[in-house]
Amino acid sequence: MDQIEKVNNYQLPSELIPDPGADIVLGHGLDYKMVTNRIAGVVYLPLKNSPKKWLVGAFFSFCFVNLLMLAIYVLFTKGTGIWGLNIPVAWGFAIINFVWWIGIGHAGTLISAVLFLVKQDWRTSINRFSEAMTLFAVACAGMFPILHLGRPWLFYWLLPYPNSMWLWPQPRSPLEWDVFAVSTYGTVSLVFWYVGLIPDLASLRDTAPSLLQRKIYGIMSLGWRGSAIHWHRYQKAYLLLAGLSTPLVLSVHTIVSFDFAVSQLPGWHTTIFPPYFVAGAVYSGFAMVLTLIIPLRSWYNMRDLITLRTIESACKLMLGVGLIVGYGYGMEAFFAWYSGDKYEAFMYWNRITGPYGFMYWLLILCNIAIPQLLWSRKVRHSLWLVWVISIVVNIGMWLERFEIVVTSLHRDFLPSSWGMYSPTKWDIATYAGTIGFFMLLIFLFVRFLPSISIFEVREQVHHDLHAQPVEEHV
Amino acid sequence: MNHAVSTKKYAGLFGALVEFDTPEDLVEACEKTYAEGYRKMDAYAPMPVDGLAEAIGYKRNKVALCVLIGGCTGVCAGFGFLQWISQVAYPHNVGGRPLNSWPAFIPITFECMILFSALTALVSMLAMNGLPRLHHSIFNVPSFERASVDKFFLCVEAEDPKFEPESTVSFLKTLGGREVNFVPE
Repeated sequence: MDQIEKVNNYQLPSELIPDPGADIVLGHGLDYKMVTNRIAGVVYLPLKNSPKKWLVGAFFSFCFVNLLMLAIYVLFTKGTGIWGLNIPVAWGFAIINFVWWIGIGHAGTLISAVLFLVKQDWRTSINRFSEAMTLFAVACAGMFPILHLGRPWLFYWLLPYPNSMWLWPQPRSPLEWDVFAVSTYGTVSLVFWYVGLIPDLASLRDTAPSLLQRKIYGIMSLGWRGSAIHWHRYQKAYLLLAGLSTPLVLSVHTIVSFDFAVSQLPGWHTTIFPPYFVAGAVYSGFAMVLTLIIPLRSWYNMRDLITLRTIESACKLMLGVGLIVGYGYGMEAFFAWYSGDKYEAFMYWNRITGPYGFMYWLLILCNIAIPQLLWSRKVRHSLWLVWVISIVVNIGMWLERFEIVVTSLHRDFLPSSWGMYSPTKWDIATYAGTIGFFMLLIFLFVRFLPSISIFEVREQVHHDLHAQPVEEHV
Repeated sequence: MNHAVSTKKYAGLFGALVEFDTPEDLVEACEKTYAEGYRKMDAYAPMPVDGLAEAIGYKRNKVALCVLIGGCTGVCAGFGFLQWISQVAYPHNVGGRPLNSWPAFIPITFECMILFSALTALVSMLAMNGLPRLHHSIFNVPSFERASVDKFFLCVEAEDPKFEPESTVSFLKTLGGREVNFVPE
């Protein structure tokens, strides 16, 4: 009988595995068993063999989660007055962060669904991870509108359910569309992610060292046994989920932009918003993927599984989408001038030269100027620079949301109702807390579930085995 | 799967299992076994293999049809529900707009369509595959745990009319696999 030897006391490969370069998706010399052991091994890694950086990172994220709990506690006891919100700026950090987080989620869906439909093989090594990122980002995003409600414990009033007052939500309001869009997005992302996980959970069931792990992963794998007919239906279901997620991801940020665009406010009431928001979302999402996978692959010695090809392709896409975002900024300025509307023009002028003007120029620096470095192959191959640029883009996208929300509100039609907005320490604590929450979920995910899709990497190994002889003839 | 048929020829035997190293060998073996006249069989692989399901005679994949039905249900349910809210349950004049202001209902209808379709894709795929289930006879073969790692298997089931322990095993041995095992039930 030819059984698998169970990996007890797994250790990461001790010598540094080099990156095979930007030409291939996977390193040489990998076979089905090796990729299973390498990816599943990270899950079996005993705590003492875990990278120290993981422990430190998880600990700090956990501290920030506690800060979030504290901030929510104070919010629940004292109310939204602890935040910097007031009239005229009634949408502050909560909405900025909501839009920012949900945007980050979008690249996850884009990588797993759209790149799957267009058969981009480099997505294989990061799709699982970016789907997880989507899910956690949506969890963070979902918190903000609920905390913003004033009486968050009544959030279920947003849902249409038969209640004793026989009141129903207003289906003509973009805010109600948002409830459906975000909850559908969260659910479908979870389904897509879980469907992708099923065969890998079966691999974990069959290779895990401890009985408890085998039981847990066994139950989670739903009894998957890899039957050819099951795979056939599975692939069809996965393809359809990818096909459904693609319009979904576009619709979600479109609807988020409707929250603004359907209003009558200068700076919000514009038709460029839906595509501009979607592009911005994908932009920030790619930035976040890069921010996370560059350390991850080095901590877990996975440079041959997540190769430079993946990183470089993500950089190119980020650069391309960034240019669309830049076009959006240009169009905003053009609309303000071409509309001939003096409120529109004033709003724009105030945005770039007013009290928050420095943030606008910082945003242009972060989102438009600095990412142009990615045109250079040298920069794309220098991981430190890519990592720094990805963080710069994340900051830039946050500034963009700040500009959209705050500068449009703080000086509108009547100078007598003008005002300024600044966040309080609780605004900042809540925001930092969700970053900690997001990071902690990512750390736990890497620890407990295969962060790379094992079966898809096996397919890639199979594909590479057959592609190599042809290349040699050429 | 109808394993609970009372007219069993071989009590306690689920089938015969042969193991291969590569997906190509498995597909070839499946084609040969099918040509030999066996029909009740299944192939197992740690990843999707092109043409494998077809090689064992699988033709109709109904997942897409189910998802279409799910999506249509979602559209009708979503749009109908909003109409019912705004015209029957809670008719409400908002800024003089008509009660049937249907363009405003499209975003939620769209989301319902996606939600229903995606859930149908999950549920129909699992239901047709007979999952989740706690156990299956195929797991009784110890080496089968490699079916989720690096090995490829073909199982001819005892329910097949052509199945006979000796002749089937000796046929499976001609396919060039690594080893042939009986699968106890």
